Amino acid sequence: MESPVLKVESFCASFGEHNVLKNITLDVTQNKLTAMMGPSGCGKTTLVRCINRMHELIPNASVSGKMLLHNEDLYAMSPIIARRKIGMVFQRPNPFPTMTIYDNVIAGYKLNGVKKSREEFDKIVEESLRRAALWDEVKNVLYRKGTFLSGGQQQRLCIARALAMRPEILLLDEPTSALDPKSTSHIEELMIELKETVTIILVTHNIAQAARTSDFTAFIYLGELVEFGPTQKLFTVPKDKRTEEYLTGKFG
Amino acid sequence: METENLFFRIFKDRLFKLVVIVFSFASSLPLLFILFYIFKNGIAVINWQFLTQLPKPVGEVGGGISNAIVGTAILIILSSICSIPLGICTGIYLSEHRTGKLSYAVRLCVEILQGMPSIVIGIIAYMWIVMPLRTFSAFSGGIALAIMMLPIIVRSTEETLKLIPDSLKEASLALGVPYYKTILKVIVPAGLSGIVTAVIISIARVAGETAPLLFTAFGNPFMNVNISKPVNALPLLIFNYAASPYPEWHALAWGASLVLAVFVLTLNFFAKMMTKKWKVQF
Amino acid sequence: MYNTGQSAVKKTGFQLLPPAETVFRGFLYGAAVCMILLLVGIFLTLLVYSFPSIREFGLRFLYGKTWDPVTEEFGTLPILIGTIITSFLSLAISIPFSLSLSIYLGEYSTKGTVASLLQGAIELLAGIPSIIYGFWGLFILVPIVRSIETALGVPPLGVGIFASSLVLSIMIIPYSASLGREVIRLVPDELKEAAYSLGATRFEVIRKIILPYVISGITAGNLLSLGRAIGETMAVTMVIGNANFIPTSIFAPANTMASVIANEFTEATGTLYVSSLIETGLLLFIVTMIINMVGKQIIKKMSVQV
Repeated sequence: MESPVLKVESFCASFGEHNVLKNITLDVTQNKLTAMMGPSGCGKTTLVRCINRMHELIPNASVSGKMLLHNEDLYAMSPIIARRKIGMVFQRPNPFPTMTIYDNVIAGYKLNGVKKSREEFDKIVEESLRRAALWDEVKNVLYRKGTFLSGGQQQRLCIARALAMRPEILLLDEPTSALDPKSTSHIEELMIELKETVTIILVTHNIAQAARTSDFTAFIYLGELVEFGPTQKLFTVPKDKRTEEYLTGKFG
Repeated sequence: METENLFFRIFKDRLFKLVVIVFSFASSLPLLFILFYIFKNGIAVINWQFLTQLPKPVGEVGGGISNAIVGTAILIILSSICSIPLGICTGIYLSEHRTGKLSYAVRLCVEILQGMPSIVIGIIAYMWIVMPLRTFSAFSGGIALAIMMLPIIVRSTEETLKLIPDSLKEASLALGVPYYKTILKVIVPAGLSGIVTAVIISIARVAGETAPLLFTAFGNPFMNVNISKPVNALPLLIFNYAASPYPEWHALAWGASLVLAVFVLTLNFFAKMMTKKWKVQF
Repeated sequence: MYNTGQSAVKKTGFQLLPPAETVFRGFLYGAAVCMILLLVGIFLTLLVYSFPSIREFGLRFLYGKTWDPVTEEFGTLPILIGTIITSFLSLAISIPFSLSLSIYLGEYSTKGTVASLLQGAIELLAGIPSIIYGFWGLFILVPIVRSIETALGVPPLGVGIFASSLVLSIMIIPYSASLGREVIRLVPDELKEAAYSLGATRFEVIRKIILPYVISGITAGNLLSLGRAIGETMAVTMVIGNANFIPTSIFAPANTMASVIANEFTEATGTLYVSSLIETGLLLFIVTMIINMVGKQIIKKMSVQV
């Protein structure tokens, strides 16, 4: 087996007195989709936010343990560099309202002041939108505001925006929770396509979604990593009683 | 008995509504009065000469208010330069630090500044700038007006930026954009229409202010563009000419009132249109 | 070799980004602190320059009946009385109008052409600069007041407390009306519907349900208007008559704290005279600040409740 993209080693996180993550250790495999599932408030979102260090926006957050991206400590580099290597898509679609679709896709470059030629940008935009399965729908309206799109299209635009930075890992934080069923299935198909080319970490409280899309699943409960393994195995023969209870709907 | 009672209740209901409507519409009468007189007396003197010439000495017919128009423009530019950057920065600070002792103290101070009587601000600008420099000046007037503009800009900037969803900031930060670029290139542009509206409203507010200028810009019968010398301003001109005993000057004051009123009300109108039309959708 | 190279890269990475970040944060912080310094500076300036007058007169400044630059005797009682009568009279005149407007725009007619016309008129009134109110008051209102005075048999001066109160009331109506309208719109529909379902007429709903619910908000709105009336300078200065005696009737000329400063500050000679005017300014500042704070606190509490 090849070496993992991301290694999480005895990672703990707390907000003030409240311990949100307790001693998490797991490996994320290259070009696979790893799902983090668990009831709401279990810490799964906090875990992915710690990967690209978004938790640092909260004033009293503190962490311990290690996050290694290709054996490089994410916490030893500037958070800005870390975030450029790890893309993120949020629960609610959040395209930049003042920018066109085109500018939204290359927002990561534009905002960081990275200069590229028009042709290069054109290429990045087309490639990213194609990868996000949005190109055919928006290729004629690239210069309209991103906020005119439907919710599902906006979310794919956000995925394209993250992909444009060519991230090592793409974090999807409940990307379908604000969408209708049709858009949800669209995004799920997209995730399955995308994992051929990029490592994805998906946060979801939807058991079926994790089962449909992921290769590996982590079940997190009350800040602890209860069980982690290949999805098929975890769903069919869970080792831990709590996993079994969660999967059969006893709680959460 | 029952029906009589009901009849009385309905009568009271109708009567009350009538009274409310009469008083409501009566309160808009002064507006008609004021606008009517300003237009009637103002339009009579307004022509090209009025806008481009200097006032003439007493007894001569004609003359204009160009020095006051230029003076008001200078004062607005000076006060904008002093207040807009400071006000926007403070507004950003407050929207970024919603809790905390400093934010609380700053909000309190801004609130107090906003309620401060304009004449007191005039005294302050006199003490701070006119006294040390030993001369009335456009500069001191600009500072006085800037102190009045500040709280309006701070409050509206804060309110506007607070309404911008956090998700936008997160989206930008998650792309590895540094905090300051996130604020300047994502958050501020998203709130730009609100901020510009606030600036326009604050300009409309101070353009008609007289009290802070009495002991600062002071007034000047001649054209002056030197900011270290006294300048005239539309409201000062109205005040000085209204208090004079000469009908020719009263006529100039009516004309100046019309110019000032049209200017201020147009700015307010623009501000209103902007909030409606320019709203950024999230 | 490889190691040093990498650490150099890291170092420059750190050095390039944080300075801009720090400068930016420092800028925001500095701007915020400026606000506090500005207010503290204003307060201290007023206090320091009032000191000669405070030392000379002490509390007599508040109850002394003479304000006389010639003998350098400065007591603000006439001015305080002038301020209180002018502002409360203007508030009293404005309340029936502003309350009616609040009820009409907040309850009877929240939408539609008539409502938006009325709303627009109020906003226009609020936008007119106070100097224009003063000018208009002096040339149009004062002659009217003069003829009223002639009819009543009092000295027909025209200018005086009554004229200023009239002008002030026109100026503060838009302010308390728009605040009142906002709080009346905050009344939950369920409450009103509950009362209607019991067979109440609209008047009864307004009197028994809406007004008790919003009374503190309306009071706060009027308090803030009072603060405005007290601090308003130009319109009052032009029509109050500039007389530093204890007013004998509501038609008498007088002075308010703001108007005495506007009228006399540039002509004031002598440290004590200037200092007394500044102390008046300090007093004005403190009074309006307290009124504003109380009013805003009530409104904040209300909108939290709702």
